[in-house]
Amino acid sequence: MKYKNLSTISRRKMLKLGAGTSAAAITALYAPSVISSDPITLRYLGTAVSMGDEVQKKLFEDTGLKVKFIAVTTDEVTKRVLTQPNSFDLVDTEYFSLPKLVPSGNILGMDTKRIKEWDNVTSIFTKGVTPSGKKVGLQGTAPSKVMYLEGSTGKKFANDVTQYATLIPTIYNADTLGIRPDLIGRPINSWAELLNPEFKGKAATLNIPSIGIMDAAMVVEAMGEYTYPDKGNMTKDEIDLTMKIFTEAKKAGQFRAFWTDFNESVNLMASGEVVIQSMWSPAITAVKSQGKDCVYQPLKEGYRAWAAGFALPKTTKGKTADAVYEFVNWYLSGWVGAYLNRQGYYSAVLPTAKQYMSEDEWGFWMEGKAAKGDILSPTGAKLASAGEKRDGGSYEDRMGGVACWNATMDENKYMVRKWNEMVAS
Amino acid sequence: MRKKTRIFQPKLSWLAIPFALIFIAYFVVPLILTLIVSFWDYTEYSIIPDFIFGNYVYIFQGCFSFEDGLCLTFKTYISTFFFCFFTWLITLLLGFSVAYFLAFYVNSLPLQITLFLICTIPFWTSNVIRMVSWIPLLGRNGLVNETLISFGLIQEPIEWLLYSSFSVVLALVHLYTLFMIVPIFNSMLRIDKEVIEAAYDSGANQFQIITNVIIPLCKPGIIIGSIFVITVVMGDFLTIGIMGGQQLASIGKIINTEMNYLQLPGAAANSVILLLITIFIIIVMTKFIDIRKEL
Repeated sequence: MKYKNLSTISRRKMLKLGAGTSAAAITALYAPSVISSDPITLRYLGTAVSMGDEVQKKLFEDTGLKVKFIAVTTDEVTKRVLTQPNSFDLVDTEYFSLPKLVPSGNILGMDTKRIKEWDNVTSIFTKGVTPSGKKVGLQGTAPSKVMYLEGSTGKKFANDVTQYATLIPTIYNADTLGIRPDLIGRPINSWAELLNPEFKGKAATLNIPSIGIMDAAMVVEAMGEYTYPDKGNMTKDEIDLTMKIFTEAKKAGQFRAFWTDFNESVNLMASGEVVIQSMWSPAITAVKSQGKDCVYQPLKEGYRAWAAGFALPKTTKGKTADAVYEFVNWYLSGWVGAYLNRQGYYSAVLPTAKQYMSEDEWGFWMEGKAAKGDILSPTGAKLASAGEKRDGGSYEDRMGGVACWNATMDENKYMVRKWNEMVAS
Repeated sequence: MRKKTRIFQPKLSWLAIPFALIFIAYFVVPLILTLIVSFWDYTEYSIIPDFIFGNYVYIFQGCFSFEDGLCLTFKTYISTFFFCFFTWLITLLLGFSVAYFLAFYVNSLPLQITLFLICTIPFWTSNVIRMVSWIPLLGRNGLVNETLISFGLIQEPIEWLLYSSFSVVLALVHLYTLFMIVPIFNSMLRIDKEVIEAAYDSGANQFQIITNVIIPLCKPGIIIGSIFVITVVMGDFLTIGIMGGQQLASIGKIINTEMNYLQLPGAAANSVILLLITIFIIIVMTKFIDIRKEL
């Protein structure tokens, strides 16, 4: 077969061409030193959006393990897994990357029997329903569709429940549009508002095609232009239609800017260049912390959700693999869960996280109740005062309102091209 | 001639070896690999050694039918050429003027050097910071708009100051004028003052001296500066992205997106085409002047 894995021509190796096989030798020397050194340091590849120094400190206190973060962008995580699977011991990646990662065979199935809290992992991941049984929208690469592998080294997703999970879920959220209520001055309740001419020159979306297309689809559907059988896996015609609507809006000057970086979205919103845009939840917090009114607006068509989890690269073995399982078990044991919940994300194992949160915190973040006192972020910044409620309400309301998930489409290549055409128009 | 004590003098060509090695390892080899990969096939998660023209065909798909207007590739190159041309023109005019002032109006060498160093001060901070610092200035509620409004010159903020072709060219000019100043200034310093005096004595006016004496003698500097600016702008995607609000096309951004989505052979093919076009522009430019002869 002509099949050849990417890793053989990665850029790093290109540079090492002269050194020849020494690259392999170096890795061989490096791995044992990781295993024998005490304490074990795990190389953690991920976007690390949610991980502060406190996490590392607490981890070392509790388990004696250390982690070294290799923090890169979402796309870069995928690239690293495919091209340099030996450069990390543990990867934190998004479910929608799995259709690219799993066929490469570079990640192993995680043995769910070794995950203490596996049975308590929220049913959104395992069954596609909220804890109270509400069905979650499954369009796109929903975690419940790509949760299991046929075996620990499988390159195919399993249709049924197996012992091996592709990713052990860690963090997830439901995304929607962010708005500046002070500058809009009226209620917003539909994705269609993103293309409302009223906000001409004051709207923005993100220039990350795989996520931007999903937001675009939510808008197109909300406008009543088309109902997709599966937004997360469009046909070429559907991609054309979606991009045509966005191209027309762009040509008419609807968008002030597109953004690729989290901070850009914060600046656009805080400076008032933009009053309505695709946004991520920590960006809302960042705008608020600048004293600007900003709401993560729940919309009647629902949310676009995303989720991430841990995977083991095929190169991690022996004691290092044991340490990874120990780390993952610690991660799910509650302290981190509370830490994530306090940032407005959600943790995969809810009961353990609850033990580490005050009743008021749990009520505010998870149950949609009005805060009784100040609600603080993990770093101590005030996020809400007494009487305020979380945008979108409770966990059940937010996750139960998910309409689709971030996705990798079969027509991904075509989609990226059409997206580029839209940007160029 | 005075006889020199002979110290060890390697052949001149030997001295080129270290640089040649670096050049081969970090430029020639990657370039060849890029060329090779541009003919490979790929899936979402792997690239497959092959010899196909598909990546090139894909780039120019629909480009020669003109049914749906211009294709993505042509549109993108036209947009890139547009930025390239205006940035080149403005940096050339600015760079030439500044160099001219430094070389002919400032008479003391220390002052010349001081002023020249002042020109380089912006380079003490990073590219991105210099670029991003325009945003609070040009934004809808930025300094420029607020000042104009407070003076009553405009009623509504000017929208095209930021996230527009204007802001892109502005930032590019700001970033790259020095690349023009340096080589032109260098050429000017080497002009024999007596040549200018001779022209003056023969009755040439200021304008004639510039067009008939200085510009011809500065040609190598102008060409080198132009090559710097044009090659940098052709491959730029950061400035066009940030200052254009990600709404303007650049070939660099397309390559960047393809790399992010692991469409590496596609990105390689685009890079090869970009390289060929840039080389073509440089060849055309060097037709006007033989740099090697002039140096």
